[in-house]
Amino acid sequence: MSENNPAADADDAPAAAFRPPVIRAVPVRHPGRYISAAILLVLLAMFVHMLWFNKNFSWDLVRQWLFWHTIVNGVWVTLQLTAFAMVIGIAGGVLLAVMRLSGNPVSSSAAWGYTWFFRGTPVLVQLLFWNNIAALVGSQISFGVPFGPAFFHLDTNSTITRFSAAVLALGLNEAAYMSEIVRAGLLSVDEGQTEAAASLGMRRGRIMRRIVLPQAMRVIIPPTGNETISMLKTSSLASVIGVVELTDASESAIHLYFKAIPFYVVASLWYLFFTTVLSIGQYYIERHYARGSSRTLPPTPFQKLLRANLTFRRHHPYTEAREALR
Amino acid sequence: MTADQIPEGSRSRPAVEIDNVYKSFGHLQVLQGVSMTVREGEVACLIGPSGSGKSTLLRCVNHLEKIDAGRIIVHGELVGYTERNGRLHEMHDRDVARQRRAIGMVFQRFNLFPHKTALENIIEAPTQVLGMGKEAAIAEARVHLEKVGLSDKAGSYPSQLSGGQQQRVAIARALAMRPSLMLFDEPTSALDPELVGDVLAVMRALAEAGMTMIVVTHEMGFARDVGDTVAFMDGGVIVENGDARQVISEPRHARTQAFLAKVR
Repeated sequence: MSENNPAADADDAPAAAFRPPVIRAVPVRHPGRYISAAILLVLLAMFVHMLWFNKNFSWDLVRQWLFWHTIVNGVWVTLQLTAFAMVIGIAGGVLLAVMRLSGNPVSSSAAWGYTWFFRGTPVLVQLLFWNNIAALVGSQISFGVPFGPAFFHLDTNSTITRFSAAVLALGLNEAAYMSEIVRAGLLSVDEGQTEAAASLGMRRGRIMRRIVLPQAMRVIIPPTGNETISMLKTSSLASVIGVVELTDASESAIHLYFKAIPFYVVASLWYLFFTTVLSIGQYYIERHYARGSSRTLPPTPFQKLLRANLTFRRHHPYTEAREALR
Repeated sequence: MTADQIPEGSRSRPAVEIDNVYKSFGHLQVLQGVSMTVREGEVACLIGPSGSGKSTLLRCVNHLEKIDAGRIIVHGELVGYTERNGRLHEMHDRDVARQRRAIGMVFQRFNLFPHKTALENIIEAPTQVLGMGKEAAIAEARVHLEKVGLSDKAGSYPSQLSGGQQQRVAIARALAMRPSLMLFDEPTSALDPELVGDVLAVMRALAEAGMTMIVVTHEMGFARDVGDTVAFMDGGVIVENGDARQVISEPRHARTQAFLAKVR
């Protein structure tokens, strides 16, 4: 029809081809943002000035004692405390969460009771309690038939050292918190997933392991990262029962050199360093469990850097040639 | 047309026998004495208003729901229970799982595993449950993907697929267990209208290949053309059950007539 009617064509064509110019509008001004930014920059400048010019920080001493062997040993003990306690916490947390969600009223009540007790008492009290366990159970721990004969005995004080008391206290306390995190994760997975897996002939344990837990991980990982970072710092409480970890090592250095601030700075720098490392690790673990959840995975910082670098050098002939080859 | 391709001998053998089944959720009576038989190679469609109990009935067939009274027998075996000395014993988790292997199920909301690709979704049960080797499972999965027209989507995650594609992967996943009975729970109800056709085409091909199917559906055209029998459910009972064309085109019961007049 339009072939016979050139006028109609002439009317249609420009309408389709016309593209309005790209909008270049004057942006809205936000004076409040400038003011708040100025205030923050002044505060930041004051803070940096203080760090730099306040002699009490004694940065030369900080540099000198940062890698002192007592401090480094303390760092090592802190890391061990954190790692062991979190292993107990996570394993215990998964066990408690599964118990809590099971149909067995005895296990779900037991899990509830455990969480109630360990969340309801201060972890510092639990530390002191485990440190004095010999006063409760006597000098021997026996293994055998409940209410019946014992097969072997362990010496309480050599089994429950200060270190293992701290690991037990921190780990068992953590398990109570982890169980709630794991439980929330398990509940976040749609019931349809369990039904689909069950209708394929999978059994409960396998459904939990292969279908539910991997999906629950997306919900479990961020708060677990939080807990691990928290544990790194909470482990400093072990200094109270005489475990020579980072905080205790710094304290002992203070008593030797009568200089408090530089050693607190040393300890803080170490804690900051490892929380940073843990945060980075958490980012990658989250990324791993995000598979299939979003259309494209977020780039890693390294990929971002690479991409930004390529964009920056877009017109560099070498980069262009290399990109053309990819 | 399906009926012509099924040998007469096998048509006489019942695949699913549902006998006077009752089921309630708390005070809500969902099934109130339902009986029906689905023969091997037959496509039985369940239609009816929402809340009539058709999805619940389907879910009872593979023991996703426990029945309160009555019997369900699939392939000659009581579902979910064993009978010894005149008493019913609850089946162990392991035996329920074994029974379910032979019964494929497709859900309204697909329920694909979102953390696995289409191919991984399909090979999961064959490798984990049947103990099939990974290579063999992948080869077979590719055949199923081709059957549902999604050969190019093997590496896609469910979130990267349209609803219709997800549902076809879900069908392929169920088929990978080589079931002898397929249950479809409103497989096209969650789909955009233009995606319904692809899924129905796959189901039609499956029916033509002789698969025994129970299909809960609102697609009256599919029920009439592909179904051998259609059962109309309302208020937890089967009101009318018979030849698909007859029930859809000339329903005898007044409630069936009223329902069909509304959905047309």
